[in-house]
Amino acid sequence: MYVVIAGGGKVGLNLARELLGEGHEVTLVEGWRPRYLRIEQELEHAVQYGDATELWVLERAGIQRADLVVAVTGDDEDNMLICQVAKEKYLCSRIVARVNNPRNLQHFQLLEVAPAVSATDLILNLIEHDIPGHGMVHLLDLPDEQLEIIEVEVAEGAPAAGAQVADLNLPEGSLIISVLPPGERGFVPKADTVVNAGDEVLVVLDPGLEESITSQFNPNGAGR
Amino acid sequence: MFVLVVGAGRVGSSVARSALAAGHDVSVVDEDPLSHERLEVGLEASWEDCGGRFTVGTGIEMEALRAAGVEEADVFIASTDGDNTNLTIAQIARKRYGIEHVIVRVLDPARSDWYAERHQLRTICPTKHAIEMFEAALSEAAGV
Repeated sequence: MYVVIAGGGKVGLNLARELLGEGHEVTLVEGWRPRYLRIEQELEHAVQYGDATELWVLERAGIQRADLVVAVTGDDEDNMLICQVAKEKYLCSRIVARVNNPRNLQHFQLLEVAPAVSATDLILNLIEHDIPGHGMVHLLDLPDEQLEIIEVEVAEGAPAAGAQVADLNLPEGSLIISVLPPGERGFVPKADTVVNAGDEVLVVLDPGLEESITSQFNPNGAGR
Repeated sequence: MFVLVVGAGRVGSSVARSALAAGHDVSVVDEDPLSHERLEVGLEASWEDCGGRFTVGTGIEMEALRAAGVEEADVFIASTDGDNTNLTIAQIARKRYGIEHVIVRVLDPARSDWYAERHQLRTICPTKHAIEMFEAALSEAAGV
């Protein structure tokens, strides 16, 4: 795979090292001369000097034949526009953009730059995942596909506790895809699988159905 | 007509002043409060007394754009000193707020052309004009 990475900060440089180590072909583009010179000592011809928002710099880096373009500079506008031209002008099939300020995520979405990864949001999700008090966790949102995957803990006394999957009163547009009993391996349930209090379940659902799901599994929002 | 100008440097402030003088409603956004003074150069009264509006903020902060009246704008001018900021906020103006007349300063000639064609933005490329004028002056000097 040929990967063009824009931005040679910690994220970009480490990404380049990992991908090169896995045998991929990589060109890293860095626009700050002192940093470029430092990286060049290590990566040699795999790094180029230039402003990756300029088309000729991207073309020199071989964006036309890139399988993947990763924009991880410290500037959200740069990352957005690099990915936008990669996708729309150079027809690159895969892009990944870094979001520095999570407030800018809406702009990435507006410009249809996806996936856009925000370290702040990732950490926030982990915090929400690990800290008690949240009966339900969003594991994955697929806005284009209009699907979400959530994890919810089955509370003591909830309508679903002790019931078979087939008998659960789940809304149209939702499906249990995994049952994770505490301390055991998760599995894909069958119709006669019994869901117990303390289990966690993964549910795929249409957006907006969260409340009718939690009303079955965890009506009071109790968490671990 | 309501004109929203983001970026009040030499270019943006002059355009804002002449739009105001032409009788338009003008609202200006700039991250530097000092730009307010630049707007008042040559004016007899303060920018606000002349009918202008000024909001401190950057163009990708939605609060600043909304405070400046982006929802009512007929014309959006992106004239900060950064191409990437200008191209981003111009697309926000067009796509999120549906503003038809979006005028954007892009120093990079290649992207100026591409965004004009692909995203139907009215791009202004000062670099291109400078190149043309240099070339004309050079021809003149060479006596061609």
